[in-house]
Amino acid sequence: MKPVYENAQQALADIIHDDMTLMVGGFGLCGIPEALIDALETLGAKGLTCISNNAGIDGVGLGKLLRTRQIKKMISSYVGENKEFERQYLAGELELEFNPQGTLAERCRAGGAGIPAFFTKTGVGTIIAEGKPTEVFEGQTYVMERWLRADVSLIKGWKVDEAGNLLFRKTARNFNQPMATAGDICVVEVEEVVATGTFDPDQVHLPGIFVDRIVLNPDPEKRIEFRTTRSRENG
Amino acid sequence: MMPWDRNQIAARAAKELQDGYYVNLGIGIPTLVANNIPDGMTVTLQSENGMLGIGPFPYEDEVDADLINAGKQTISALPSSTFFSSADSFAMIRGGHIDLTILGALEVSEEGDLANWMIPGKMIKGMGGAMDLVAGVKQVIVTMDHVSKDGSPKIRKQCGLPLTGKSVVDMVITDLCVLQRPSAGELFRLTELADGVTLDEILAKTEADIVTG
Repeated sequence: MKPVYENAQQALADIIHDDMTLMVGGFGLCGIPEALIDALETLGAKGLTCISNNAGIDGVGLGKLLRTRQIKKMISSYVGENKEFERQYLAGELELEFNPQGTLAERCRAGGAGIPAFFTKTGVGTIIAEGKPTEVFEGQTYVMERWLRADVSLIKGWKVDEAGNLLFRKTARNFNQPMATAGDICVVEVEEVVATGTFDPDQVHLPGIFVDRIVLNPDPEKRIEFRTTRSRENG
Repeated sequence: MMPWDRNQIAARAAKELQDGYYVNLGIGIPTLVANNIPDGMTVTLQSENGMLGIGPFPYEDEVDADLINAGKQTISALPSSTFFSSADSFAMIRGGHIDLTILGALEVSEEGDLANWMIPGKMIKGMGGAMDLVAGVKQVIVTMDHVSKDGSPKIRKQCGLPLTGKSVVDMVITDLCVLQRPSAGELFRLTELADGVTLDEILAKTEADIVTG
């Protein structure tokens, strides 16, 4: 049985402190742990290093923690659509480490799998590879990238059973799956907690071994960044 | 002179599609390629945030915040669609399983280098998945205007902007022409001109050495 919290602040209060490293799942605003981010804002920890593909948008997602100046450093692949981020970065108030998106995902996966470094073609010959060891394998040059680990990973899932076995939903899986494996403590925010045995074991996306704490948020806002639709008249 | 418009560039790029291809399309003109997939051809679109089989935009009453493409637009799924993590998504991309990617560019060099992610001091958005795509996908096509807004060449001897990848571009489709690079170490060859565009105009607007014969 994994502990289930109705309140995200209670789930985080004894494990969040200043100057820690967090992984925060999501792609854009899709699959972000909203209640957990709100709780970080309320708890007020500062000097945070956040490993997250994006930095939210102004005042939404991690944008909330930028507004309150709780983030010292971001490790991300794309931070557009965020004026406050740009302002803080250009003013030298915020550190930023850009990673190619696949390198970022693989660094998290490697961290969770106990693999301290790996080689990839991505970024060879660019500023991303500067200062990093390279090696030739079968005639091609690869650059070494190191794993990423975090003190706490904050994850958004869909449904979890009491043993922590978890399902993601559609493209909200994204970075949540690898990041769930790479935090010393993994806290998952979900929309539904079900009895153990509800899921077909063949269908589980994240085995409960990676899950430490569960926060129930049955009604997340799920803000949409770009709402694009077609009309029935035009097919 | 009749340069190609955005849709015509996309339609030309779509001629490079083949039945059974798995394809990743960038934002802008590349996205329009999806509207030009020939009837009867099966092309599966990959979205690097974790989906194969991108469907059309959803109907208003089917919008789902958990179902977006890499441009963060709401989309729909197809019966053949699958979802997976970012790590699995980039295993597809970096592992050479994607056949073709089409993306935009700020600059392309004569040796096939690509710059499309950063303007120092100006644009600090980040590379997203672009570096992984150009390093890992089998075929890389760039679609862009032939010159920048101020008229300066975008196909240059060397890129002045930070690179996305070195010697990665196989083909460039601009509003004026098509350039193809047969293999690494060779120059781009001019293979097609837009209607009414002359060789002299291409040479005047291209800084890189290209093969025209």
